Amino acid sequence: MERFGSKLVRFYIPTALYLIFLLFPFYWMANTVFKSDKELYNLKLNPFVIHSPTLENVVHLFTQTIFLKWMWNTFFVAILATLISLAASLLAAYAIQRLQFKTSGPTGVAIFLGYLVPQTILFIPLAHIIFKMRLWDSLWSLVLTYPTFLIPFCTWLLMGYFKSIPKEMEECAMIDGTSRINIFRKIILPLCLPGILSSFIFCFTLSWNEFLYALAFISTTTSKTVPIGLVTELVRGDVYHWGPLMAGALCASVPVALVYSFFVEHYVAGMTGALKE
Amino acid sequence: MAEVRLEDISKHFNEVIAVKDFNLDIKDREFVVLVGPSGCGKTTTLRMIAGLETITGGNIYIGKRLINRLPAKDRNIAMVFQNYALYPHMTVYQNMAFGLEQRKTPKEEIKERVREAAEILGIGDLMDRRPKQLSGGQRQRVAVGRAIVRKPEVFLFDEPLSNLDAKLRVQTRVELKKLHERLATTIVYVTHDQVEAMTMGDRIVVMKDGLIQQVGSPLELYNAPTNIFVAGFIGSPAMNFFEAELVRSGDLVNLQTDSFRLDLPSEKSAVLKGYPEEKVVVGIRPEDLLEAREHVPGKTIQTTVEVIEPIGSEMYLNVSAGECALTASVDRKTQVKPHQDFILEPSLDYLHLFDIRNEKVLS
Repeated sequence: MERFGSKLVRFYIPTALYLIFLLFPFYWMANTVFKSDKELYNLKLNPFVIHSPTLENVVHLFTQTIFLKWMWNTFFVAILATLISLAASLLAAYAIQRLQFKTSGPTGVAIFLGYLVPQTILFIPLAHIIFKMRLWDSLWSLVLTYPTFLIPFCTWLLMGYFKSIPKEMEECAMIDGTSRINIFRKIILPLCLPGILSSFIFCFTLSWNEFLYALAFISTTTSKTVPIGLVTELVRGDVYHWGPLMAGALCASVPVALVYSFFVEHYVAGMTGALKE
Repeated sequence: MAEVRLEDISKHFNEVIAVKDFNLDIKDREFVVLVGPSGCGKTTTLRMIAGLETITGGNIYIGKRLINRLPAKDRNIAMVFQNYALYPHMTVYQNMAFGLEQRKTPKEEIKERVREAAEILGIGDLMDRRPKQLSGGQRQRVAVGRAIVRKPEVFLFDEPLSNLDAKLRVQTRVELKKLHERLATTIVYVTHDQVEAMTMGDRIVVMKDGLIQQVGSPLELYNAPTNIFVAGFIGSPAMNFFEAELVRSGDLVNLQTDSFRLDLPSEKSAVLKGYPEEKVVVGIRPEDLLEAREHVPGKTIQTTVEVIEPIGSEMYLNVSAGECALTASVDRKTQVKPHQDFILEPSLDYLHLFDIRNEKVLS
């Protein structure tokens, strides 16, 4: 009994509090989605309870806006940007970590410095390039610009991961007659799967939530991503359509939350670069 | 058939010289052990034979082929690493089959060869396990198994026993030696453990600071070390060294220290003929210091016992004679207590005399 008491204080109560803290935004979004405007603006009612549930906000989101198209756009951009970044980062990190050419150290640092340049500075010259490439207002502008901040981080994350793989494994494979590319494919990639997954989640969520570039490079309604679409189409002047806005936010955050909760263990392992033998 | 010949091999890492003027002929089917303290260049030499390290100068031949620039995979060697380097995501079978698969060996043959190797090593029932489900000894066997399925001309072992506990190490030592007999291939084996070197090698190469100190059979190294380093490195407990002044009387020479005198027999005295210095370094192995009943000046040493180390089969006595500290290995039944006087009689025929300037043996 005493043990349960101490576990209650040290584990269950803090966990419960943390859970409330984390889930409250989701609750608040859901709470708002299923209320009518009338109920929402009635300050006399208890705001934590839904009195007369309604689907009108959801219906509004899916019929009055092209939310599904935005979702698709976001998914399209996020997945492509992620795949491009992962491919580039894997090769870069492996080369820097294992090929030991003269400038491998400086190259690593240079890539990291790229990560330190804030997006707010970078989007102006990038806009110029995008315009020159005639990609203005196209989803490809986002697919090509997101890697500018995804690649540096992933490269560093994966470098740490590659470092934890004993060099002898590769040397042994080399003596066995395996080519560099096969070593990479058959030994390195399977071993750093947790690292790759972490990078994937990181890239995917960052691309999914990205706001600045999407706002700057996209103007046509049909090409917008969810974060931009919601803010530009559901906030009219000073009128906030809270119901549909929250419905959109909720729908958009669910995929990210799912991805996280499925892979969270790998994510933590990847972040700490732990390769357990 | 695979002799390995290393001619004037050297290796520099930028300014640092790791290996210098390394010359060695390894005969076919010979078991050669490279031994030395860490940083002596033994692993670098092995890696150069393997092709994992480029060589700065010299030539390496396997059989009649010059392999200086040949990639590792074309050298027909197999290597067992200190940490075994097993692929954690593959089963034992896959680990052992990997090298053969890379060389496009037919499936049936792979199966047969892995089965054969597994049988030799007694790991047949582990085939479906992954490395992390194996004990240290089992991993070590799998690593050896992965090397032998390839049937290479030369095996390279890089401290393969250093991750095993003491008992298992002794056991595996014997097994590796048996394996060498059975496979009848050339083995180059690196270790820092001189006992391992002595028990396993047909020939031992003692290295220090990138240079070969001596090459010879275990007993050659033990009985006739060429310098102080080899004398001190080979043998356990290590050889005792002390400096002594030479007192010449006719053809005979006496060794004089501040606390005792030793009269050299005529063969040993002859060694010092023409030696210009007044002092020598004297080396005597602990097992050549015997218990004596009474003190005879010139023949025995009067000492005081400091520490007693009984190891069961014998007893190590750490004694002091004036400024000189000695270790003696005496019979296990010897009655002795700390701080007691103890008389030791060195077997003067087994005394080693070294030049005080260049530390080389005088002969």
